[in-house]
Amino acid sequence: MFEIKNLKASLADEDKQILKGMNLKIGEGEVHAIMGPNGSGKSTMSYVASGKNGYVVDAGEVLLDGENLLDMEPDERAAAGLFLAFQYPVEIPGVGNMTFLRTAVNSQRKMRGEEELNAAQFLKIVREKAKSLKIEADMLKRPVNVGFSGGEKKRNEILQMAMLEPKMCILDETDSGLDVDAMKLVSEGVNALRDGKRSFLVITHYQRLLDHIKPDVVHIMADGRIIKSGGPELALEVENNGYADILNEVA
Amino acid sequence: MGEIKKNNPTEALLAQHSAPRKGADWAETLRRAARERVLGMGAATRRDEYWRYTNPAALNATGAPDVEILQLDETPVFDGVEKLLITFVDGVYRPDRSDDLRGENLEISTLETALSADIHWAQDVFGALEANGQSPVPRPFAALNTALAGQGVVIRATGKVSKPVALRYCRENTTSEALIHHVIRVESGADLSILENGAGASRLNTVMEVDVANGGSFHHLRAQGRDHSRLASTAIFARLGEESRFKSFTLTVNGKLTRNEVVIDINGDNTKASVAGACLGDGDFLHDDTIFITHDAVNCESRQVFKKVLKNGATGVFQGKILVKPDAQKTDGYQISQGLLLDEDSNFLAKPELEIYADDVACSHGSTCGAVDENSLFYLMSRGVPRAQAQNMMIMAFLDEAIQEIEDDVLADDIRTRLLGWTERHSA
Repeated sequence: MFEIKNLKASLADEDKQILKGMNLKIGEGEVHAIMGPNGSGKSTMSYVASGKNGYVVDAGEVLLDGENLLDMEPDERAAAGLFLAFQYPVEIPGVGNMTFLRTAVNSQRKMRGEEELNAAQFLKIVREKAKSLKIEADMLKRPVNVGFSGGEKKRNEILQMAMLEPKMCILDETDSGLDVDAMKLVSEGVNALRDGKRSFLVITHYQRLLDHIKPDVVHIMADGRIIKSGGPELALEVENNGYADILNEVA
Repeated sequence: MGEIKKNNPTEALLAQHSAPRKGADWAETLRRAARERVLGMGAATRRDEYWRYTNPAALNATGAPDVEILQLDETPVFDGVEKLLITFVDGVYRPDRSDDLRGENLEISTLETALSADIHWAQDVFGALEANGQSPVPRPFAALNTALAGQGVVIRATGKVSKPVALRYCRENTTSEALIHHVIRVESGADLSILENGAGASRLNTVMEVDVANGGSFHHLRAQGRDHSRLASTAIFARLGEESRFKSFTLTVNGKLTRNEVVIDINGDNTKASVAGACLGDGDFLHDDTIFITHDAVNCESRQVFKKVLKNGATGVFQGKILVKPDAQKTDGYQISQGLLLDEDSNFLAKPELEIYADDVACSHGSTCGAVDENSLFYLMSRGVPRAQAQNMMIMAFLDEAIQEIEDDVLADDIRTRLLGWTERHSA
């Protein structure tokens, strides 16, 4: 379903390779987690997969249902079914959250040759989904992420995910900056989207998030590669002993 | 026109225009005084402090340029609004295309009629606000207008005027030159809205003198047409009494050269003034907002909000001043000018000025210039919004602070629609 094949990527203006031959395969409906020390390339992987400027792909492929995402513009990747929940959601003054959501949903539908939602249809769906994420009507009216608390920004990411119904979701440190209750709420939002078909890649530093969003596979990433993969117990091992043992073991 | 000294550019400038139809003695006296002002200050040159960024040569040149008349594929701005319509074609009032000059709480006449009659209030406003606005910064095109304009309207609002007065400027001649002069008096407690729309002429020079009495409200919304190579120099002079309100917003898209001056004197306490503008330029485009707001009363608020979106070598100029006189305590002045450059060929030149002589005031000002934020663009695209559309959303977001200065939501949405239409036509 989603596959990263021998991905090598560098920073465009520094000539420094961050991803050094990364491989990863996520099947339909699976939840994988990536943990790893700071600077190991986790966020870079998410940006390269979603098409952010500033990176050069030196080699490899990122496939979603057999299509190479790296050949596409970021908006085409989204329409193909990829979604990145940002570690730091961007504030966009002047653009209403609701306008933004509707434009995004309809742009994707248009690209896929589906009929666009009219205002009434859209409003009905967004209200329902916002309610389950405890997103107030006021938050929908405000400019995108402007004046939102850390928790509100992350819930807004999950709302976008729920509205766009992607095939493959990458969550980049969605737990960062969240208190215990907010983490629970966000996790519930994510779990509600697990339908046996949609796949997830959860990037996190902490095992706690994985208590809520239970992964099928946990990967450890270091120096631009996956160095070890295992079951949920691998996350516990990291939580208890840090990365030193694992890094030594593979060195 | 008397003897023309060809080597004197100021004489040459005055000699370009034929004399308007003679008015009453008082009017002719005021026109002669204006003519003397022009001769005294001389034609604008690049060496003048307030013409350093904008070359006045095309405005001084002999004869108006040949400018193609844009065939609009859209309904005129403000078309859907109920209004009292007054039409000028190539700078000439056209009663056959205008409504009756009558309305509740409203006295309207043409400038020609008013200047031949004995209208007391008009004698105190015509040329007076313009003359007053010549110091400390000379504005020769405005003085020229007072001296030689034969067209315009004279409006007095005596109470709440329910429908806006809409001034539509059409073009039929590709090389027309127009001088239009409006004189407006908003009486105590009265409320008047003026809409202006259209390029008006190949080279247009307008002056609007607005005298707002205590407790009066004046709203002004202007769209300057879309004709590409037109030239325009406009000036608004406002005198504001106690507890009065003044709001002016200008939308400018296209045009080779546009100089919009606004001079506001706040003379009465507890008054609020706002002047704002959004402009969009692509290619051979220079747009200049030159604003001068004088606070000479206590507890007044003024706002200047100007946004310019520029591409393909377009230039935006902002020169905005807040002058706070020694006794104008509790003044709240706000000024923001921002340029959004869509490429590296475009320019935004800003000169914000604050001159404050009172000690209990709050004045904030800012000026920024930059490109569309790449992070925001990526965020929008990562949700499926195509690049061009994402950039247009960012442009509209950038402009919105200026549009929010418009009080009427319906008119503000009309302006938004025009702006979005332009950005969509020009996004490539």
